[in-house]
This record gives sequence, structure tokens and C-alpha cells, in this order.
Amino acid sequence: MRKGVMRPGHIQIRVLDMKEALDHYRDLLGLIEVETDSQGRVYLKGWTEVDKFSVVLRVADEPGMDFVGYKVLNNETLEQLNQELIDFGCKVEEIPAGELNGCGRRIRFDSPTGHMFEIYAEKEQTGKWGIAEVNPEAWPRDLTGMKVTRFDHCLLYGPNIAGTLELFQTVLGFDLAEQTLDENGFRIAQFLTVSQKAHDVAFIEHPEPGKFHHASFLLDTWEDVLRAADLISMEDVSLDIGPTRHGLTHGKTIYFFDKSGNRTEVFCGGDYHYPDHPPVTWSADQLGKAIFYHDRVLNERFLTVLT
Amino acid sequence: MTGKKLYRIEVVNRKQAFYCAEDQVLLTGMERQNISCIDVGCRGGGCGVCKVRIIKGEYETKRMSRTHISTTEEEKCFALACQVLPRSDLLIESDQYIALQTSPYQQPKADKTINVKNELRIRI
Repeated sequence: MRKGVMRPGHIQIRVLDMKEALDHYRDLLGLIEVETDSQGRVYLKGWTEVDKFSVVLRVADEPGMDFVGYKVLNNETLEQLNQELIDFGCKVEEIPAGELNGCGRRIRFDSPTGHMFEIYAEKEQTGKWGIAEVNPEAWPRDLTGMKVTRFDHCLLYGPNIAGTLELFQTVLGFDLAEQTLDENGFRIAQFLTVSQKAHDVAFIEHPEPGKFHHASFLLDTWEDVLRAADLISMEDVSLDIGPTRHGLTHGKTIYFFDKSGNRTEVFCGGDYHYPDHPPVTWSADQLGKAIFYHDRVLNERFLTVLT
Repeated sequence: MTGKKLYRIEVVNRKQAFYCAEDQVLLTGMERQNISCIDVGCRGGGCGVCKVRIIKGEYETKRMSRTHISTTEEEKCFALACQVLPRSDLLIESDQYIALQTSPYQQPKADKTINVKNELRIRI
């Protein structure tokens, strides 16, 4: 049941070096650089995104993900969910408006898998980049690199994904869209949605808490994914796997790494989900095909390389 | 390769060696020669999979995640091979990365590998 959470809004990623990170996120992915704040964090967005920013990069000596934030309908919803998060047992912290430039008050909370999440109701909307608000053209001419359209979702690894599923279902109103079950019915992967997308966030069971597998950015077509692959070779970027298709979500995809070892996905297409749909299930004995539909074999790196 | 110094990198625990140019990190040197004696992860100093110990020789390192190389480990010549530039021939030991626990759905590695890693765990 929907609880007023609308969509993914932002992700803050830790990088070892900002210049190298901008080579990746701005010049290679084609995200739009928005601004740098007083802490030295750099804000970026995909060109189709209406909000001021969706990606925040922070220099640190340990790469990974700080938090991912979701936008809720309004301040009443924010208050309601704040109380429900406390009642659920989350450690909840209020981040004042303006701590991220252009973003309203945020409610930050922890989760059984060890990841930090946020909800917020207000963020400055600067409109889609490079096209007019009224009578918009199809796309702006001066995009660079892969020309990713938006931050789409992230995949997180941690223990007790069942606990995080309960948090996201009961408190935040996400649906379980797709899953992988082992022979005992134990869920080892879960793809959650708060929209019609196959995933707005995904989790894989893993013993270390709070690990970051990838942030994913949307492309329009398979041709765009192949073009991204060409750019990865031209720029000698560290490739993980692809281009290929997933069994889970059926998205067409390629995975590669930023210069700090954080994994990035660009993808297109995939399944849709309505709230009355049962979850799509893959069995663990078909995990290879579930993750890499063409090879049907897992590469160990996909499971073990995390930040 | 004209004008660039090449150094011999011997990986003692795998009984293999490769050559690496002075402006190349060890992992790139190894991958370019289609040799596999250091596990390859993100290639960005973030994931820890290519952790090695340098036994002998001169080298420089680029920035590495503190999650995987603490200050103490750095002083004890541990490094991530994707961030190490050779400054002389090197003797190194690979397979220094130890995942905290094995994920329940991952295939266990061959017994031999596990034994090797357990010995390392004890020694470290």
C-alpha cells in the first residue's frame, strides 16, 4: 500500500578524488554538474530530471554510499512517516533544511541491512536541463558522454534483507516487485518499487552491513547501452560486465567502475510492476541466468566487489 | 614501450611473474599480459580484492580505500595492486584480501584456496 513516498530523489556517493570522479560522473556518464557546496561536495543531475540535483559526490578516504533519499508527497507525509520510522525502531535523525543546497528538511534513518536512507518533501526544482519548460524540444544538443537521462535506482548489499523489506513495505509503502528465493524459500535478492518501475531500490543478502553495489542511470535504448560500452573502451574505463541483459527485471545493461571503485550501471528497458502484481520470482539454482541472462553464469566479481 | 623502464614482478605465492612498466600499476601490467595471479576487482582502489603484500622492492602507491588498507597495513607494505607503481623489480604475495564472511548463496571456493586464506588469516 502506497504511503506517500513518490520516488528516488538523491544519492550521496563517497569518492577518493573529486577530479577523477567528475571525469566519470560528469564527462563519461554525461550528468550535468550543478554546483559545489561549502563542504566541497559536488551536485549533479541527469538532464531529464526536474529537481535541482540527484547525485552528490563527497571526497572521503573510504569509497561507498553515504545515503540515498526518497521524495515524499508533502510535509504532512514527512511528519507521519517520521513517527512511523521511530515506532518501527529505526534510529532517526533530522537533517535541517539547506544542509544539502536547495533541499528541505530531511529525515534520515538506518535500516536492518546497515544502510542509511532519507525522506524529504521539498527540493528546489530547476526544470529539465537544456530544454524549455514550455514547448520542450526532444533533447538538448550539448550533452556529453553517455548522456544518461536520470539517476534511477541503487543496489545495496547487507545482512537481514528481510528486515529491510519489512521496513520498506510497512512503513514506506514499497512493493516487492521481483525476488530470488533459494531452495528453502529464503529470499536472497529483492527488488522493491514505489512506482511502475521494476525497481526503485534493490537488496542482496550479504554478511557485511551497509555495502554499496551500484548506482544506476537510465538510458533510452539498447543502442545507447552499446554506445556506452564503446565509450568505456575508448576511455579505458574499468569494466565489470556487459553489455548484456538481466533475467531479474529483464533490463539491458552494462556495469563499470568509477575511479574510486564504486560500481556504476547504465541500462534501458525492463519489466513493469503494478501494486496488484505478485512478485516475479527466480529460483537460486538459476541465479546465473537471473543475473546475466545471456551468459547464464555469474562472475564472482559481481557478487563480491563492493564499496 | 620505448624509453619506459620495465620491472619484473614476481608473485611468490602463485609462482608466477610478469613485467610492469614504471608508469603502469601492477594490476594493469598483469592484465595486459593475460596473466592471472592477482585477483581483479574494481581496479580503482575501492574494493580491496587485489590486496597484496610487497615483500621486497621499491614502489609508490596512489590513494587506496582506508577500509582495506589501514595506516598500519600501509606501513607493513600491504597495498592494493591496482594502485601500486613499481620503482624496482618486486617480490610480492597476492591473495591478501579476506572477505569478512562468505555470503550464503556464493559457491565456496576450492578447499585449497580456503586453506591458503585461512593460513593467511592466522598469520595476519
